[in-house]
Amino acid sequence: MILTEKYQLLRRNFRNFAETEFTDELQKRLDTEGGYEAEMYQKMARYGFTGIKIPVEYGGQGGDSLAYVLMIEEFARVCPVLAIYANTPNSLGGGPLVMCGNEEQKQKYLPDIAAGRKHIVFALTEPGAGSDAGGTLTTAVADGDDFILNGRKCFVSGAPIADYAVIYAKTDPTAKGSRGISMFIVDLKLPGITIGKAEAKMGINGYPTSDITMDNVRVSKADLLGPLHDGFRMAMKTLDGGRLGISAQALGLAQGCLEEAIRYARERKQFGKPIAANQGVSFMIAEMATEIEAARELVYATAVAKDAGAPDSSMKCAMAKYFASEMANRAAYKAVQIFGGYGYIKDYKVERFYRDARILSIYEGTSQIQQLVIANTLLR
Amino acid sequence: MEYNSAKIEDFRDIWVFCEQRRGKLMETDFELVSEGRKLADERHSQLVGVLLGDDVRDLAKEIGAYGADKVYVISDPALKDYSSETYADALCQIVMDKKPEVLLIGASTIGRDLAPRCAARLHTGLTADCTHLDIDMNKYLDFLKEASSIDLSTRKFKMEDTNLKMTRPAFGGHMMATITCPRFRPCMSTVRPGVMKKGTYDEAKAASVTVEDYAVSLKEPLVKVLEIVTEEKKGVDLLGAEVIVAVGAGISRDVEKGMALAQELADALGGGVVAGSRPAVEAGWLDHELQIGQTGKTVRPKIYVALGISGAIQHKAGMQDAETVIAVNSNPSAPIFEAATYGIVGDLFEVIPKMIASIRAAKEAK
Amino acid sequence: MKIYVCVKQVPDTSGKVAVKENGVLDRASMKTIINPDDLNAVEAALQIKDQEGCEVIAVTMGPPAAEGMLRELLAMGVDKAVLISGREFGGSDTFATSQVLAGGIHHLGLEKEDIVFCGRQAIDGDTAQVGPQIAEKLNIPQITYAGEVRYENGKVYVKRMTEDGYMRVEAETPVLITCIKELNQPRYMTVRGILECYDKPITVLDYPTLENEPLIDKTTIGLAGSPTTIFQSFTPPVAKGGEMLEGTTQEKCDTLAAKLAKAQLL
Repeated sequence: MILTEKYQLLRRNFRNFAETEFTDELQKRLDTEGGYEAEMYQKMARYGFTGIKIPVEYGGQGGDSLAYVLMIEEFARVCPVLAIYANTPNSLGGGPLVMCGNEEQKQKYLPDIAAGRKHIVFALTEPGAGSDAGGTLTTAVADGDDFILNGRKCFVSGAPIADYAVIYAKTDPTAKGSRGISMFIVDLKLPGITIGKAEAKMGINGYPTSDITMDNVRVSKADLLGPLHDGFRMAMKTLDGGRLGISAQALGLAQGCLEEAIRYARERKQFGKPIAANQGVSFMIAEMATEIEAARELVYATAVAKDAGAPDSSMKCAMAKYFASEMANRAAYKAVQIFGGYGYIKDYKVERFYRDARILSIYEGTSQIQQLVIANTLLR
Repeated sequence: MEYNSAKIEDFRDIWVFCEQRRGKLMETDFELVSEGRKLADERHSQLVGVLLGDDVRDLAKEIGAYGADKVYVISDPALKDYSSETYADALCQIVMDKKPEVLLIGASTIGRDLAPRCAARLHTGLTADCTHLDIDMNKYLDFLKEASSIDLSTRKFKMEDTNLKMTRPAFGGHMMATITCPRFRPCMSTVRPGVMKKGTYDEAKAASVTVEDYAVSLKEPLVKVLEIVTEEKKGVDLLGAEVIVAVGAGISRDVEKGMALAQELADALGGGVVAGSRPAVEAGWLDHELQIGQTGKTVRPKIYVALGISGAIQHKAGMQDAETVIAVNSNPSAPIFEAATYGIVGDLFEVIPKMIASIRAAKEAK
Repeated sequence: MKIYVCVKQVPDTSGKVAVKENGVLDRASMKTIINPDDLNAVEAALQIKDQEGCEVIAVTMGPPAAEGMLRELLAMGVDKAVLISGREFGGSDTFATSQVLAGGIHHLGLEKEDIVFCGRQAIDGDTAQVGPQIAEKLNIPQITYAGEVRYENGKVYVKRMTEDGYMRVEAETPVLITCIKELNQPRYMTVRGILECYDKPITVLDYPTLENEPLIDKTTIGLAGSPTTIFQSFTPPVAKGGEMLEGTTQEKCDTLAAKLAKAQLL
């Protein structure tokens, strides 16, 4: 896709920000120590990155999905975990509010989210329920002006640093499968909420993931998000946007791997010549670059299709996520291979890229779930 | 419009603005006076220094010692410390009155503030940060022969040209340009410090220089100086260092001596910083802050000396933008030589003491 | 209160290599950039705007293509962008350039409470002359090498950096300040700024508009009118490249010292 001047300038600005602000020192610290870099989040907020897809009337930037994927791609090219910082408020966190929130809810929550004053995260997965929403055990029972929530969500990205979570709970115990589920905006400071200990992860360190446990948590009916009992369909729509984000993250990560590999293959000498002179190495680079280019076209086209409301955009989001995340894993594998022994050493960025890549084909629906979505669309 | 500066036949003599701070002349003044002397001889004219300050008349002798025939002294309490406005007022008044053909100014933070302000007021051209100056065409052609890739045999020049030919780097040093100012006077030029060669102090000339006071009328400046602070350079500034001597695994045979030699070499090169490759840092010979390369710092000094560093690409990544790279290694096929401007194959413990001596000798000869 | 910022589009001479997505050298993107010091000037102006709510006007002299740079400045938060463009201005040296820029600012109106910011110097010429020359033409005082700038009640307080330390100065507006890179870190563009900057107008001042501007003398602008002229340009004969020094150790060291001395490195 040939980008217009405006999108090229957006890309250049994202790249300049990432290359300048995501210092090696910061990246290494986040990777080895974990935690969270609140200061970076504030910097992103200052330039509108945390509210890129949030409408202008709610304090956001009013950008489209193409602007959003360019941002995630460019950020992930330098640092995949920091790309998540800018991603969450625009996709899984803020997305359901933008999509389903009533005017009052949007006015109440979105400006603070867009400006980086508050964090909102997405809590769907449970110990016994992931992609299979039918296993949802979290319940919300109406009680006067409130709902009372009980249950446990796990692998909630950003939970330890979040102010709010969008929580999915069963509101109609008689309904089967994915029916009878509703969405709630839950203030994580409410009594009865316990945030678990941050998980020790293989990669994507620097954005903590934990459980959220709810023990008789009273949530106001004003915080029911979207239609009662119809939350799962909303979750799936949110995930379309989320999957597009992951596909862009995968694209950026793969691009970062390619650039590292090219640089190294040119400089590293063995047997008196740069290793790039060996076809075994150069063909790996050719393959990486070709796959990246194919993914890029798919991701950008999906972004445009989604905004245009194309009927097959859900499937395309699944395809983009499936292809780009698998591709990123192949690219990271090849990059490490080209670096040889150095690629296995933590001083080199490809080592981290390799670990960070692994989650891409897992979170927001595994590759197999994406295949299922694609197949179901085609065969229904 | 008609400008006095366009009546070029009215202008004569080579002038040097002599900058003083806190009653002391700057090293650049002597470089410029020495260079100005050569230009005045080429032009068969006088070399004149112009000195601004408060009670600075005594400094005129020093200016004479390096070749000035005459020094104009403008003394005024308002000129004690530098001010763009008072200095520009004073300098422009005397220039408009005495009409020099050439005015050289050191390219310091003062000279580069003062010169453009004056050039705009005097209505003349100004060339910044010159590294070479000629008046005589033969001398200029000799210079071109040396410093350019131009085939002079195919070129015709007007040999009677007597404009000051001011050569300076352009486009970040990728090119050189010789600039003239043919229609207006004075020809003004700022000159980079340390570029021109300072002559020798001549006691007899110091005694014979003509010193003339010159009075100007100054207005109260609009920019008020609240405070002037002089700071001592402190700490090790790897990124800002112009000279870096880096040691690698090659000094392992005698670390203490290797480090001492590196420091001595850095000093001989005009004061530099000793740094190290990753193996040197990991062996604990140097602080982590001083590591150069992929996992350390990226530097771009004027001179980078790699001692006993093999030159893995991880190291080269941190130093390949250095202007001049000198590599010393006992292994002739060490990759560091590919990144080097000058390579010396040999045992560094043998090479470095000799290198230090050669450099010191070359500096003295200068 | 208005703040003018003079900016220049320059070729990227830093030698930093831009790599395209496909890994090849991106020559097109290396072609021109906003002069780095000028970005510090823009940031200095925007900081005062954040504090005072005044208008910031970017002014450049250059070819029509400089419009792209001005849009970037609008995306950073500059309120108005002015492009002084005309064949008659082409080839101007610093004297001629400063005349035209001063003329443009005068045309737009410089009042008592206004400030003019410039970058210290442009990376294509490295002269640092245009700022002070504009100040002289506008007949306002200058403060160069600003390492800190504070504005309060119609006065600027500046830390002016020197080789051996600094001086603190104050001045009433109007004043021209040239900025060094240590002054600040220029902000990035905001997303919304970029999304909107292509719909904003660019004010173009062409030669007929400025022809009768009193600060501009038509006979001393452009290539023909500039006081200085390029007598000869050339490239140095030897490129950087590994030279192995030969001979005994003593000879190698002497050769090295001689080469360093000749290259003015000692």
